[in-house]
Amino acid sequence: MRSSLLMSAAIFVGGAVPALANDELMGMMDDPKQWVIQTGDYANTRFSELEQINKENVGDLQVAWTFSTGVLRGHEGGPLVVGNMMYVTTPFPNVVYALDLNQEGRIVWKYEPQQDPNVIAVMCCDTVNRGAAYANNTIFLHQADTTVVALDAMTGEVKWTKQNGDPSAGQTNTATVLPVKDMILVGVSGGEYGVRGHLTAYDMATGEQRWRAYSTGPDEEMLVDPQQTTVLGEPIGENSSLESWEGDQWQLGGGTTWGWYSYDPELDLVYYGTGNPSTWNPSQRPGDNKWSMTIMARDPDDGMAKWFYQKTPHDEWDYDGVNENILVDQEIDGEMRQLLVNFDRNGFVYTMDRATGELIDAKKYDPAVNWATEVDLNPESETYGRPQVVADYSTREAGEDTNVEGICPAALGSKDQQPASFSPETGLFYVPTNHVCMDYEPFRVSYTAGQPYVGATLSMYPAPDSHGGMGNFIAWDARTGEIKWSLPEQFSVWSGALATAGDVVFYGTLEGYLKAVDAETGEELYRFKTPSGIIGNVTTYEHEGKQYIAVLSGIGGWAGIGLAAGLTNPNEGLGAVGGYAALSEYTALGGQLTVFALPD
Amino acid sequence: MMRYPHAPGALLTVLVLAASAGWSQETAPSSDPATAVAREENGRYYTADDIPTFNIAEDGTVDWLTYSGFRRYHAECHVCHGPDGEGSSYAPALKNSVNRLDYYDFYGIVAGGIQNVDAGHNNVMPAFGTNVNVMCYLDDIYVYLKARGTGALERGRPAEREDKSDAIREAEESCLGA
Repeated sequence: MRSSLLMSAAIFVGGAVPALANDELMGMMDDPKQWVIQTGDYANTRFSELEQINKENVGDLQVAWTFSTGVLRGHEGGPLVVGNMMYVTTPFPNVVYALDLNQEGRIVWKYEPQQDPNVIAVMCCDTVNRGAAYANNTIFLHQADTTVVALDAMTGEVKWTKQNGDPSAGQTNTATVLPVKDMILVGVSGGEYGVRGHLTAYDMATGEQRWRAYSTGPDEEMLVDPQQTTVLGEPIGENSSLESWEGDQWQLGGGTTWGWYSYDPELDLVYYGTGNPSTWNPSQRPGDNKWSMTIMARDPDDGMAKWFYQKTPHDEWDYDGVNENILVDQEIDGEMRQLLVNFDRNGFVYTMDRATGELIDAKKYDPAVNWATEVDLNPESETYGRPQVVADYSTREAGEDTNVEGICPAALGSKDQQPASFSPETGLFYVPTNHVCMDYEPFRVSYTAGQPYVGATLSMYPAPDSHGGMGNFIAWDARTGEIKWSLPEQFSVWSGALATAGDVVFYGTLEGYLKAVDAETGEELYRFKTPSGIIGNVTTYEHEGKQYIAVLSGIGGWAGIGLAAGLTNPNEGLGAVGGYAALSEYTALGGQLTVFALPD
Repeated sequence: MMRYPHAPGALLTVLVLAASAGWSQETAPSSDPATAVAREENGRYYTADDIPTFNIAEDGTVDWLTYSGFRRYHAECHVCHGPDGEGSSYAPALKNSVNRLDYYDFYGIVAGGIQNVDAGHNNVMPAFGTNVNVMCYLDDIYVYLKARGTGALERGRPAEREDKSDAIREAEESCLGA
C-alpha cells in the first residue's frame, strides 16, 4: 500500500529518474494534493491551488481528525503529505511519525533519536524544530543536536547520519532542510552563543559534505569571489567581511542561518538570510559586521555567492535577518520582474530583483516602525541601500549601560520566522506580524564557549498609541508598497500563513485559534480553538478527493517565552491591574495536529 | 559571616553599621526575616543570616544590586524564564523559585544546572558556573528575584536606584577579570 503511493508520485512525473534538477521532487511540489517540503514550494509562496474549501463554504469547516504528538514543547513547522503518507515532526526529542492516511492515520513508523538532553540547555528560546523535508523516497531531518539524518520514507530506517555542528559550543538546529538537486542544504543556530553561521550542502544519497559557506570571515570560507560576487550591482571586493569587524570578533560573529531557504530552478540560485551579529552589544563590534543580516544568493552546485545584500549593517537591535525570501514574478512600473520579497525582522519589506540583487523597493510594513526613517534607494547616494537610522533609537550612539526607550519593532521583529504566504490570484502577500516595541540597554559581556553571549537587556511591550494588541495579520501589495488590510490581534501572530485558490487565507493565533479570512477583504470566515497556541504553519492537502487543512498546535518558542506572562502595557500606569495580557491565561502546553475538512 | 559565596572582591568589604547608611529610616518595613535588611555593607544589603537581600525605599528607589539584577536577569535568564521572573511556556517562574529555594540552593542550581527529563518533561537548565556574565552577578539576580517574589518590586524596570558603590565596582571588575 505504501509503495503504491510513492509509485503514484513517480507516475505523476512520468516515472523519471531523478535528474540533476530533481524533476521528480519539483513535480511533486507542483501537485497541490501533496505538501512535500515545509515551504510547500521552492518559491516559499505557501500557496495551494486547491479550491474545494473556498470562501463560500469555509464557514462549514469541521475537525476531521486529530493526533497528539506526545511532546509538550513549542511546535513550529507543519506536517508533510506525500501520496497517502503524512509525516509529522516534533520539537526535541525530534520524533518523526509516518501516518498512513489510507488507514485513518495509523502510525506506520516512528523515529525517535537519542539526543543528549544537554543540547536543550543551549537552545535559546525553546526546542522547536521547523520540520522535515521529503525528496527521493527519503525524509530528511536536522535534529536539535545538529545531526542531519536521512530516513527511508517507507520504513523509517536510517540511511545515513551526519554531524553538522558541535552543541557543546552552542551550535544547535531549529530549521528545516531544503532538498535541491541531489543535495540537501542545512543551516545552524546559536547566534546568542557566539556561533559563526554557515550554510552546508550534503549529498542526498550518502551524506557526504559538498560545500560549506560561512557568513563571516575570509572570502574563501564565505565562498565569495571578490570580482564575480556582487553587492547592489557592484563587485563585492576582497576581504569584505574581515574589514567590517574589529579584530577577530567575526569568529564569534553570529550570522547564523536558522531561517528558511528558497530556490529558483531557472536561475539556479538558492536564497537565505543570515542572522544577527554577536553580541547584542554593538559597542563590542564596531563596523558593518558583514555579512550578518544579509540576504544571500548562491549557486547550489558549489555554493559560490552570486550576490549579497545587507539589510541592517551593524545591527543595534537584534533584527535577526533570517526571514523567508518569497520568489514571485510581478509587474512593477509596467515591467514584469523576477522578484524576491523579504519581510525582515527590522520592519522593512525588501523587494529585490532576484537575478541581479538590485534593490527595487524597501518599505515599512508596520506603521509603528521607528528605528529608521527609510532605506536609501538612490543608487547615486553614498548610503545607497542603507537604513537611515534615527539617532534617538540608536543603541550604539547611546552607548553601553544606557537604556534606549521606545524602539519599534522589538527584537522579535515586526515579523519573526513565521512565514508569510503569497497568492498569485490576488497578487497579495499575507503576513503574520508582531506589533511590539522595546527598551534596549546594551552592556559589555565576556565570551565563554557554549555559554550565552547576549550583552543587552530588553523590555518589550505592545506598540504604544495603537490598538493595544501585540500583533496584526496583514495583506501587503508589493506592487504599490502598501498595506491592503490589517487585522489586529491580541497577541503576536506566530503561525505561518496559507493562501489557497479558494480565495481563503488561513493562519493560527497564539491563543490557539485557526482562522480563515477572505483573501480580498480580510473578513473573518471561520475560527476554531485548537487545544494549544499555534506557532506552526498551516498546510493543505487532498486525499481521496477531499481537501484537508492541517495545523500543529503547541505553544512555545520565543512567543511562549516572551508573552506567557504578558507584557507591560505602556498605556497604563506601572502596576495597573489588568495591565498585562498574559498568554498563560489563554493556553497551555501540548502538541497536537488538528485536521479540518468540509462535512460530507 | 563569610559563609555565603559571592564575588571574590566582596571579601575585601568592610563592615559598615546599618545606621551610618541611613537605610533604617527610609526602608519600607519588612518583618520577614528571610528578606529584612539587617545590615548594609558598601551598598550591599544583608539579612540577619548574612544572606544578600534587596533594599527598596518608600519612594521606590532600589539598591544597586536589585537594579543590576534586573538588567542581568533580562540578559541571561529572560530568554528561557520570561520577563520579570514571571516564567514562560519553557521554564518556571524564578520569582517563585527563590521563595521555595534558599540562597545556597539557588547558587548551586545556577552554577551546576538542573535537569528534569522523563516521559513527560524535557526541562534542562545549563550550568552557568563558568560564565562570568552570570556568576559575577549572582547576588544581583538573586536579590532582584527576591524583590519580585515578595511583591516588593513591581514588574518592569525600576525607576530609581542607588548609585553603584566603589566596592561593588571593584568587586565586579575583579570578578570579570577586566
